[in-house]
Amino acid sequence: MNFRRLGSIVKKELLQLKRDRLTFAMIIGIPTMQLVLFGYAINMDVRHLDAAVLDQAHTARSRELVAQIAATDVLRFKHLAQTPQEVDDLVREGQISAALVVPPDFETRFEVRDRPAVQIVVDGSDQVIQSAARQLAAFPVYGSDGWTKVTAPIEVVNFYNPQRRAPLNTVPGLVGVILTMTLVLFTAIALVRERERGNLEMLIATPVSPWELTLGKVLPFVAIGLVQVTIVLGLGAILWNVPVRGSLLELYLVALVFIVASLSLGILLSTLAKTQFQAMQMAFFTFLPQILLSGFMFPYAGMPVPAQYLAEILPLTHFLRLVRGIMLRGAGAGDLWHSIAALGVFIVIVFTVAVTRVHKRLD
Amino acid sequence: MTAAPSESRLEPAGGTPDRSADAPAIRAVGLTKRFGQLVAVDHLDLTVNRGEVYGFLGPNGSGKSTTIRMLCGLMLPSGGEIDVLGCKIPRDAEALKRRIGYMTQKFSLYEDLTVEENLSFLASVHELSGAAARARIAELLERYWLTEQRKQLAGTMSGGQKQRLALAGTVLHKPDLLFLDEPTSAVDPQSRRDFWDSLFALADAGTTLLVSSHYMDEAERCTRLAILDAGKIVADGTPRELMDRLPGRTMLVETDDPRSAQRALTGFEGVIALAQIGTALRVLASDSPDLEKRIGERLRSESVEAKVAPIPPNLEDVFVAATLKQKEKGKETKEKAA
Repeated sequence: MNFRRLGSIVKKELLQLKRDRLTFAMIIGIPTMQLVLFGYAINMDVRHLDAAVLDQAHTARSRELVAQIAATDVLRFKHLAQTPQEVDDLVREGQISAALVVPPDFETRFEVRDRPAVQIVVDGSDQVIQSAARQLAAFPVYGSDGWTKVTAPIEVVNFYNPQRRAPLNTVPGLVGVILTMTLVLFTAIALVRERERGNLEMLIATPVSPWELTLGKVLPFVAIGLVQVTIVLGLGAILWNVPVRGSLLELYLVALVFIVASLSLGILLSTLAKTQFQAMQMAFFTFLPQILLSGFMFPYAGMPVPAQYLAEILPLTHFLRLVRGIMLRGAGAGDLWHSIAALGVFIVIVFTVAVTRVHKRLD
Repeated sequence: MTAAPSESRLEPAGGTPDRSADAPAIRAVGLTKRFGQLVAVDHLDLTVNRGEVYGFLGPNGSGKSTTIRMLCGLMLPSGGEIDVLGCKIPRDAEALKRRIGYMTQKFSLYEDLTVEENLSFLASVHELSGAAARARIAELLERYWLTEQRKQLAGTMSGGQKQRLALAGTVLHKPDLLFLDEPTSAVDPQSRRDFWDSLFALADAGTTLLVSSHYMDEAERCTRLAILDAGKIVADGTPRELMDRLPGRTMLVETDDPRSAQRALTGFEGVIALAQIGTALRVLASDSPDLEKRIGERLRSESVEAKVAPIPPNLEDVFVAATLKQKEKGKETKEKAA
């Protein structure tokens, strides 16, 4: 390893990056855009579902009940239906997602308590709305299934996100997702691009070694990755007050480890692909399991065991544990050493395989 | 571009030292490269002496690039032995890479870097440090008329300028041996001439050059050349020697009606190739007696007014005759096999 040669490759990469406006824009643009989109759009808390109310009882108690449910903000009553048929039509046309139906014999049902006193009609085609309605059903005054059962409301203590703000959960995860998506993609095309443009044939006829070439290509992106971490954390703090409860230094250190892991994966793909297009396809192929299985989208604990094994191989899974631990729970990197070790093993294996695949030959 | 300042040789940076100054720069025996079923280079024997400008002449796909790549250590041969500057290839390929320059067929410097950035990148890749690197780059910029373009992005330059930049990058570390793979395929005739002047300046300074080309006029300028066809060397020697091997076999048919003359002679026994040059017809014939007379008779019998006269052969004739022989041999072996 010759450090002057390594430095010359790093310098060359930076010069090329500086001139490649599109890539440069992506480095800044992708984190910002994804953060804003995910931060605002991924919101599992259902609020303000368009709904109708059909009150066939017209009693003081029924009006009070409707008002109580309206106060939860889950349903927003936009329509006052007169007949059950009207409710059916509104749901079918997609004008409302739910309807609160108070039957004419509401008072009797309420007193006798043998049948549900009120009914919530739900557009079952949307899972999220369904589950929101199920939560409403636990509202202590009535139920859609078995009124006679005494409702025992289970208090949900929300430890780290008491206001149930979605950005608090998504931003730490987004740090990982954004790093994965951009860094794997950028490095996946790095070596292939040299080959496609014919530069590699010139380079391998010089004394450059595979390690110098590979490391020189990766190092500039380490810095870029750290810039991206800063953008996401900064915007998260400004837009949603997402805190870093643990040590900021430790957060950057684990981010650094994860960045190197992602870059190793990208370089490996770059040695496997024949064209830049192939490299991009491969990169997208690795995004899917990382985003779906890492615990970013769906909870790790809820996955079947084989999927959990698969998730253990993915660097994003380990990084999510680290970043959530440090940012939200205030954990120290030492408490999470096994995740750091897992990333370390991933880097050593993947990067070594990648470098051994960089031949100084054309065949 | 005239006499270049003499290149001082760099000490061989590690690796095997030269056995002697008289040893050939390149020696390959039985060099073979197979890509699956295809034999790209077929038991090729090659000797290039120091200080030579050696030409590889051959049609596309004749194995020129593959041979060069194997000689540089960029491709593993399927068989045969290579010795370049005293280095056993592929074993000593890395040591060799410090002492050779390889100019690829396609422009392979970075189009999104400036002329100067490209050269300083290559300088540090070759471990040339600060002041020495700057002096060497300034020297090359001047020698190859690139001083004005120094801040220009390589991708925005003309074909000729790119070739000069590529050459500057290839000789930056003062290699003993240069491999140039069809260096002038993308430049205009004036730039080609200038480029060859630069190559001769390098040769004068003691650099050995191996240049592949499919331009006959370029091949004629080499000190020695090999004609490649289907992965084999079908003829080699100095251009003079090669042309002298075709005595009395080239004729010029001057006529007012070259089209009819061509029809009359196509397929005529002994005629190998016909090429119309202006109003004349150039004939390459096989080695048979009285052909000049017979051709004259043939033309008269087809009532084409023409004057037949012998002319000295050129390299194109050599090339056509050599590649044809190869095809006939191929046919024979196939027939034997069948």
